[in-house]
Amino acid sequence: MVNIVIDNKKIKVPEGTTILDAAKLNDIPIPNLCYLKELNEIGACRVCVVEIEGINRLVTACNNVVEEGMVIYTNSPKVRGTRRINVELILSQHDARCAACVRSGNCSLQTIANDLGILDIPYEEDLPHARWTKGFPLVREYEKCIKCMRCIQVCDKIQDLNIWDLSNTGSRTNVDVSLNRRIEESDCSLCGQCITHCPVGALHERDDTQKVFEALADEDKITVVQIAPAVRAAWGEELGLSREFATVNRLVAALRRMGFDYIFDTNFTADLTIMEEGSEFLEKLKNKENEKFPMFTSCCPGWIRFMKTQYPDMVEQLSTAKSPQQMFGAIAKSYYAELLNVDPSRIFCVSIMPCTAKKYECDVSVLNDAGAGQDVDVVLTTREVVRMIRAEHIVPETLEEEEFDTPLGISSGAAVIFGATGGVMEAALRSAYYLVTNENPDPDAFKEVRGKEGWKEATFDLAGNNIRVAVASGLGNTRRLIEAIRNGEVEYDFVEIMACPGGCAGGGGQPIKDGVELAEERAEVLYGLDKISNIRFSHENPAIIKCYEDYLGKPLSPRSHKLLHTDQHKWELNTLSKKI
Amino acid sequence: MSRLSIITKDKAQATVEVLYKDLERRIIASPPGLCPIDLASSFLKMCHAQTCGKCVPCRIGLGQLESLLESVLDGEADLETINLIEKTAKAIYYSADCAIGYEAANMVLKGVEGFRDDFEEHILRGRCTFELYQPVPCVSLCPAGVDVPGYIALISEGRYKDAIRLIRKDNPMPATCSLVCEHPCETRCRRNMIDDSINIRGLKRFAVENAGKVPVEERAPSTGKKVAIVGGGPSGLSAAYYLSIMGHDVEIFEQNQKLGGMLRYGIPSYRLPREVLDEEINTILSTGIKVHKGVKIGKDLTVSELKEKFDAIYIAIGAQTDKKLGIEGQEAEGVVSAVEVLRQIGDEKYPDFTGKSVVVVGGGNVAIDVARLAVRLGAENVKIVYRRRKVDMPAMEVEVEGAIAEGCEIYDLYAPSKIETDEKGHVKAILVKPQIVGPIRDGRPVPVESTDGIRRIECDSVIIAIGQGIESKSFETEGIPVTEGAIDAPDWLGIEDIPGIYAGGDCVSGPATVIRAIAAGKVAAANIDNYLGYHHIIETDVKIPEARLADRIPCGRVNMRERDASERIKDFDLVECGMTCEEANQESRRCLRCDHFGFGVFKGGRIERW
Repeated sequence: MVNIVIDNKKIKVPEGTTILDAAKLNDIPIPNLCYLKELNEIGACRVCVVEIEGINRLVTACNNVVEEGMVIYTNSPKVRGTRRINVELILSQHDARCAACVRSGNCSLQTIANDLGILDIPYEEDLPHARWTKGFPLVREYEKCIKCMRCIQVCDKIQDLNIWDLSNTGSRTNVDVSLNRRIEESDCSLCGQCITHCPVGALHERDDTQKVFEALADEDKITVVQIAPAVRAAWGEELGLSREFATVNRLVAALRRMGFDYIFDTNFTADLTIMEEGSEFLEKLKNKENEKFPMFTSCCPGWIRFMKTQYPDMVEQLSTAKSPQQMFGAIAKSYYAELLNVDPSRIFCVSIMPCTAKKYECDVSVLNDAGAGQDVDVVLTTREVVRMIRAEHIVPETLEEEEFDTPLGISSGAAVIFGATGGVMEAALRSAYYLVTNENPDPDAFKEVRGKEGWKEATFDLAGNNIRVAVASGLGNTRRLIEAIRNGEVEYDFVEIMACPGGCAGGGGQPIKDGVELAEERAEVLYGLDKISNIRFSHENPAIIKCYEDYLGKPLSPRSHKLLHTDQHKWELNTLSKKI
Repeated sequence: MSRLSIITKDKAQATVEVLYKDLERRIIASPPGLCPIDLASSFLKMCHAQTCGKCVPCRIGLGQLESLLESVLDGEADLETINLIEKTAKAIYYSADCAIGYEAANMVLKGVEGFRDDFEEHILRGRCTFELYQPVPCVSLCPAGVDVPGYIALISEGRYKDAIRLIRKDNPMPATCSLVCEHPCETRCRRNMIDDSINIRGLKRFAVENAGKVPVEERAPSTGKKVAIVGGGPSGLSAAYYLSIMGHDVEIFEQNQKLGGMLRYGIPSYRLPREVLDEEINTILSTGIKVHKGVKIGKDLTVSELKEKFDAIYIAIGAQTDKKLGIEGQEAEGVVSAVEVLRQIGDEKYPDFTGKSVVVVGGGNVAIDVARLAVRLGAENVKIVYRRRKVDMPAMEVEVEGAIAEGCEIYDLYAPSKIETDEKGHVKAILVKPQIVGPIRDGRPVPVESTDGIRRIECDSVIIAIGQGIESKSFETEGIPVTEGAIDAPDWLGIEDIPGIYAGGDCVSGPATVIRAIAAGKVAAANIDNYLGYHHIIETDVKIPEARLADRIPCGRVNMRERDASERIKDFDLVECGMTCEEANQESRRCLRCDHFGFGVFKGGRIERW
């Protein structure tokens, strides 16, 4: 233990504790901006500076550890003055028109500036100007970037894609796409982790809310909306709702208030995905000698982009099953159009996703199989739908729970866990077991693949067949796993990959709480929903059974192939030509 | 891709390296008198270009400081802006992560403190207090204002006599200076912007050596006024020369048997041969100056007696007394001061160091001079003990290197603590305390005692060369103002409240350089002339050649060569070799003629008379 004095308070803290943590442990908050524990401890913003007795210059609290006998002042006149000037300097290069910013009210810079009582900036405004590719699902506003470097760090250290880097040097140092590339030329997976780790509004998704409002206002359009599994675990966060209150049924109520004609659940097509992907896997197992293993899941477009750019020679190992979002779009504009007996081109298909890569996926031209324009017309992130709720002046606290529409609103507990890392694998194994043995396993038999670890593995007995599975989330973990496979260090039969750490629960389209990773907490909600679900197996979803009986035939049928499967080789990485 | 590869410089980086060097040289050649805020702002821009961009204070703060400085320069600031600049620079200084940021801010802070007046002038009156007062760098940096481009141009045309006459307009001791001047003229030579400074002193020596006898200027009609010069060193001789050609009757009072002051009693003949010095003195005296040798003012004659006999007095007694170390044993036999040794040699009494181990204490030019003399006087070995580092020695680098080449050993970072004696009271050894280099104060690192033990250096002789004092006591008792030993005189050298008495040179400034002593003599002559009721103009009819129109292609500087160390230690002859004609022609053509090109052609490149 080390004895120190912070703001005249005598304190004992373990050796190696940073000044920031030591202060925090003793209820002395030190303002900080760029800092992210274990990810960005570089002292770039110089907001967390403190004064140490005996040293004339100030010291950053975030990346310096306490020493025996240290006497620290976190808010001396020198500290206060310097901190204030540093924040004023940041503001001089920040487009501070907060009223027109997506992060207003959830911005660390705004909070710190407000806390410091900065009402006037003595420095001249000097905004950097650079051109961003219009229409790209990921948007960078150079004028708002405060160069905290978090996006660089998360992409380097967590996602291992090195999309961001410093560009230019000296006074013109900026954060931009690495290696002088335009974003659309880069290997960006579009996972959106840089967005959720940005402390300000410099990074955000392309806003598509107005397109949806237009569609809602268009009387000829039948608006169909799907809600992804992970959205239900997070949508209430930014609205100040408790997890208990912010149920998916209250989100359904809000969407209905907004005027959506049909409100469905992506969980329905998650169950469908299990049927297709599970069957595909079993088929492959039957033909083991001629197939390449492992088979990889294919429901995460961030992951697919990663595979296509980093390991193009392995794309054929991806399951051909479309993601639940795209299966939904295809079903909505075929099977459901038939049910409604309407021209499928009248259907405007919206999805609400915890994801930014989904905005790319819906634009992939070979994914439009229903023959009525894009299978999914617009993808909204969880954050965008929250903005729409606000725009509609819906008072969320007054919402009553409402049911999904049928039949595409019926789903199983196996589907809802798609939103957490390991969930797709678990759901697939539950049904694969049934498909092989004709009897249901204990629904929790495969829970070994749950949990927040970035790379999990397990072996399960599937009717005498030992199935070696692995689950990874986060692209850094993914790269390690794939390298291990390529180097022959590990062997698996079936691998689930989610681009975002923790899976969709931690998706790049989810609400942002600066400095806090919420994937685990949200995953708990999803596993809770699975647990209380009446149906725990995708193959027992009655609406799925009916859909096969009435329309698709059986898994892997020709119609299934046409509507529900894809060839990822043919996915273009740059869909911008369609947008501009 | 290979796992590792060696680092090779690409063309761009190599070019940048060249530009760095260009900039370094350009800063050296920066003309004096530029607006300090404008410079600070440009420096800041370069500092800003160096930022890695990680931290806010450096990445953004330096830019904002820059625009604040620009607003001051543009007249858009108010007095509050100075506070904002100071506050911002302080915040950057306190919180930048690395020296790129905090030292850049520190430069601004130094400026706010150092030239705050100029900030205020810009803000309140929209003007800068600074101006380019002398457009030619070498001329402006020569204390005597010698027309350097003029005489270099004359040398390049082979007009060596004219060159000497032109020099004498401002400096009556060209031969002496051609050998021992510290050449401040070379420090900001504009030629640095291309390659390197002109070897001005070397060219002057070439002119002196090739001019033959150059008679002095004609004396003006006699004024009948009498001027006494106290001290026959370079300052006194210079004043005497100008006053004499102005037509005044000048008498020099010299306490020694010979004239020359420190030129004779301080500088060894291997740097300034006696015949050169004697000839120079004789030339000066040929203007009709009377000399009284062996007369000490304060002892043989008083100032008031002089004042009765003369219309004006110039006191130029120099700084010639020794300083004591203040350690135990300093009175031992075998411990002598450098001043003493040099004085003896000046009077051609050579001490014998044959076979002796000699320790010289000090790091100035005098220390190096006696060390090299000791070598020539037969010392077995010579050690120079200095309490700072070798690089901190105030002696000229070329002298230090010369001493080392001649076998002197440098014991740097040792401070003398005691002199050990034998039973007969003769020095046996010097004990020195090891030092480590310490914090920098006033631009020089201070030595700090290390924890290492005392070191004992056996020796037969110790020569102390730790500076000189001024024998000002007798002048003080006669009412001449003295502060800490030095005579008080303002820039124009007239002693306050005592009309007709002037003082200058080392006795006012403390030990300095020959050229500063000469400059003081020139200033004293001009002001005494006015005091006596005249305004004699000193000028020359030498016409300066037109500037050469040719490209200035980068070309190396001709440096002076020296005789082989093994040869030169056998005699007391000149160590340095002169330039050849070929070298002098090339070197003189390197001159950029700042008197003609640039600001020179606009404001006039020279002061033709004074």
